[in-house]
Amino acid sequence: MKDAKVIKLEEVAIRFSGDSGDGMQLTGTLFSDATALLGNDISTFPDFPSEIRAPQGTVGGVSGFQVQFGHKQVNTPGDYAHVLIAMNPAAVKANARFMQPGGTIIYDSDSFTEKNLMKAGFKTEDPFSECNLNDYFKIAIPISSLTKESLKKFDLDHKIILRSKNMFALGLVCWMFNRPLLYIDEFIRRKFANKSMVVKANIKVLHDGYNYGMSLQHMTPSYIVNPADIEPGRYRNIYGNHATAWGLLAAAEKAGLELFLGSYPITPATEILSVLSERKDLGVKTFQAEDEIAGISSAIGAAFAGDLAVTTTSGPGLALKSEAIGLAVMAELPLVVIDVQRGGPSTGLPTKTEQADLLQALYGRNGESPVVVLAASTPSDCFRYAYTAAKIALERMVPVILLSDGFLGNGSEPWKIPEMSELPDIKPPYAKNKRTFKAYARNEKTKVRKWAVPGRKGFEHLIGGLEKNISGTVSHDPENHQINCRMRQEKVDRVVDMVPDLEVYGEESGEVLIVGWGGTYGHLISTAREFRKEGKKVSLAHFNYIQPLPDNTRKVFEKFKKIVVCELNLGQFASYLRDKIPEFIYFKYNKMKGLPFTVQELKENIAKLLED
Amino acid sequence: MKDISYKDFKSENEVRWCAGCGNYAIMNAVQRTMARMGIPRERFAVISGIGCSSRIPYYMSTYGFHTIHGRAAAVATGVKCANPRLSVWVMTGDGDAMAIGGNHFIHLIRRNVDVNLILFNNRIYGLTKGQYSPTSERGVTTKTSPYGTIEDPFVPGQLALGAQGTFFARTIDISLKISQDVFMAAAEHTGTSVVEVLQNCVIYNNGVHSAITDPEFKAERQLILEQGEPMIFGDMKDKGLIMEKGKLKVVRIGENGITKADVLVHDATEKDPLVHTALIRMKLPEYPVALGVIRNVDAPAYDREMTAQIKKIRKNRKMSSVEELLNSGNIWEVEENGKVTKEEFQSTRN
Repeated sequence: MKDAKVIKLEEVAIRFSGDSGDGMQLTGTLFSDATALLGNDISTFPDFPSEIRAPQGTVGGVSGFQVQFGHKQVNTPGDYAHVLIAMNPAAVKANARFMQPGGTIIYDSDSFTEKNLMKAGFKTEDPFSECNLNDYFKIAIPISSLTKESLKKFDLDHKIILRSKNMFALGLVCWMFNRPLLYIDEFIRRKFANKSMVVKANIKVLHDGYNYGMSLQHMTPSYIVNPADIEPGRYRNIYGNHATAWGLLAAAEKAGLELFLGSYPITPATEILSVLSERKDLGVKTFQAEDEIAGISSAIGAAFAGDLAVTTTSGPGLALKSEAIGLAVMAELPLVVIDVQRGGPSTGLPTKTEQADLLQALYGRNGESPVVVLAASTPSDCFRYAYTAAKIALERMVPVILLSDGFLGNGSEPWKIPEMSELPDIKPPYAKNKRTFKAYARNEKTKVRKWAVPGRKGFEHLIGGLEKNISGTVSHDPENHQINCRMRQEKVDRVVDMVPDLEVYGEESGEVLIVGWGGTYGHLISTAREFRKEGKKVSLAHFNYIQPLPDNTRKVFEKFKKIVVCELNLGQFASYLRDKIPEFIYFKYNKMKGLPFTVQELKENIAKLLED
Repeated sequence: MKDISYKDFKSENEVRWCAGCGNYAIMNAVQRTMARMGIPRERFAVISGIGCSSRIPYYMSTYGFHTIHGRAAAVATGVKCANPRLSVWVMTGDGDAMAIGGNHFIHLIRRNVDVNLILFNNRIYGLTKGQYSPTSERGVTTKTSPYGTIEDPFVPGQLALGAQGTFFARTIDISLKISQDVFMAAAEHTGTSVVEVLQNCVIYNNGVHSAITDPEFKAERQLILEQGEPMIFGDMKDKGLIMEKGKLKVVRIGENGITKADVLVHDATEKDPLVHTALIRMKLPEYPVALGVIRNVDAPAYDREMTAQIKKIRKNRKMSSVEELLNSGNIWEVEENGKVTKEEFQSTRN
């Protein structure tokens, strides 16, 4: 037997792909978790259709899950996959453009029938040529029939047997990448705890897949990726939406408040609602409202009554919540609004990522209606920014919009678990003195009013959406309105004293400063890193605080010859910067495909700026 | 606790409804009810939407929140869930609750959140100066229906019962006694209590309810329901309601062999909404208009269920702090030398 072909890599990206019913998300997740436990740094990106079960075998119904892992820092799920696992012809068609040149394609040859080729829209019997994949290393494995063979002694119906074929593929990939099956065995045992037959069947198929790889060494390449150099500490894998939910829990606990979430299901934000619904053991009150407006309105009511109040949504929902956000601005209540952005406008691309809600978050309301706007930049730092959003809202009596996105929310990465004691205190400005209390009397420095929660004797007062005077009574006085409009803006501006300085990755001066915000961080820092490896004077300034901007922003910008703002929209942050810091020229690189950037396209386009 | 007077519930703000507006009397009855409830002032939260009725919080000395159009029911849900100890009152009108806030109105009722919702029904948009509302009768001419409306109105009580309502009462702005009685019953009911107040808009819809309220005819045209009492009305207390062929029918006691014993006896606590719905739908001239507590049945209240569920789960909980949560599931330790060790498996995401 020939020696196994062993490929040693710094980092490798694998894409699992099949019908939406093929269990590809689970397969990808299990592989990722097993990989993280081996000490590799990872980054994942699920990519699925908005239909739950689009017609079987069609390109529209293909569900994918990409994971990149490496022995160095991994900030993105990888532009292109080294290995594609394709459960049907449609998966090949849908993913051809995501393949690394010279990569490996493992496919279930049983499913490459004439009928399935037709369903996927292939015109010939050679799908690989049609997709220009001739130079790729292709491994045909009859996964369906091997799965059937593996389970022939089990008394299971045909459908259930075929449903286990993802485990065969997973076992095979685990062999290729040298992942032990221990963790996955354990997972299967827990998931199907009360179905011993299903547990046995799945574990059998998984191991048969693994052993099949071993016995086929002569034709299957095996990859070795050494563990990453990771900061010591306790780690776990975390999804962005989970991190957001947990950040809110941590903030409530720290502030000594009950957490209230008023929300309406919407992709890709729903998971925050379901994760928090599970946490009744920590006292969370989740309210699944009749619509987006009731979601935020109930949260505003809870804020008035003294809870840490949150509403979660995505772009269309944020639009519906606009008027109520204005109410929270006017009433000056602490409120956290989380927008897990997706492709728009309108229903747009529900399961795809985009950053095009920025201007909506900043300005999408009637009247002068300033709010604090933050953006998380990696799946795990959703925790930090959800916590911070709650802290700012509670301490400054202001609505805070936190922008996440589908890429962050559904993506995962290892996370060094923080200690609760490391997190900063949260101290809301509770009203203390009955005699001097006025609903809208302000702290001189921060312009923040006091929070007097119903139930407390002597602080009875009224708030509302009408313009008011210092006591909360309606006022149509022209001077008063102008003062209040300025005051509400100033209150937001003064949050800058809670905003850390903008950091620069790379040198603090140079040729090109890449500017980004939110979920593009991983791709932008990887780009900057690659440029710097090549000796190019390219640095990155990535924003988490949008309104107000960090105090040193101007100082960072002025040290670079060129500034290029990269974002997954048509240039919204660039417009905002032009308004706030007009003295610089902002170049732009934008993408609107419902997909994250690729490091490759960023490099190509930014390189042009270096040449000029 | 010293006795509270209804005057203690009045704020210092100047009341700015039109002279002769029915709202004065309604507010008066609300304040008198609150004083009777024996709950301190700081435990009341009055939540309103937009419209003339919704200005009420400004004139009350309790905690108050004047929110946005149609959303008071949703805001009140959040208030009650955040602090179930508060007595929460929603002040709303036919435009606010039946049109823009219709969705929140029905879902508040369906969930049976323990709040009292007072619906000021003047069958017109007053604050925007006289457009027809979802409770305006078909054919009514208003500024936005100069040739008459071509749509039928909602019957608020029917909508409430359709949404599984547990409490519905009806009163008239100027009938202080009935108002106080039904407001008190609403306050005592656990769950969403809806009280429809037939309110006169003196400027834009003056006399809209006068056929019902006119003192000369009111005994003939109002059926004031009392729990356990026969449904009798009329100047001579000689008219009653019976059920015939699945329909309510007005009969005269003493005619055609009808005796008092044949008249329906009011039972607001009957779970089946059949008779309640029929009572709610009664209108002139065929029937009198039903007033008083029409429906008052027990059902689990949302906010109590929420509190109880959390309490129950916390009692047997596995997770008692965020620190524990963060460290649950698959955890691994990276040491200085890069060595990775995995901790025991624990239950985590599925």
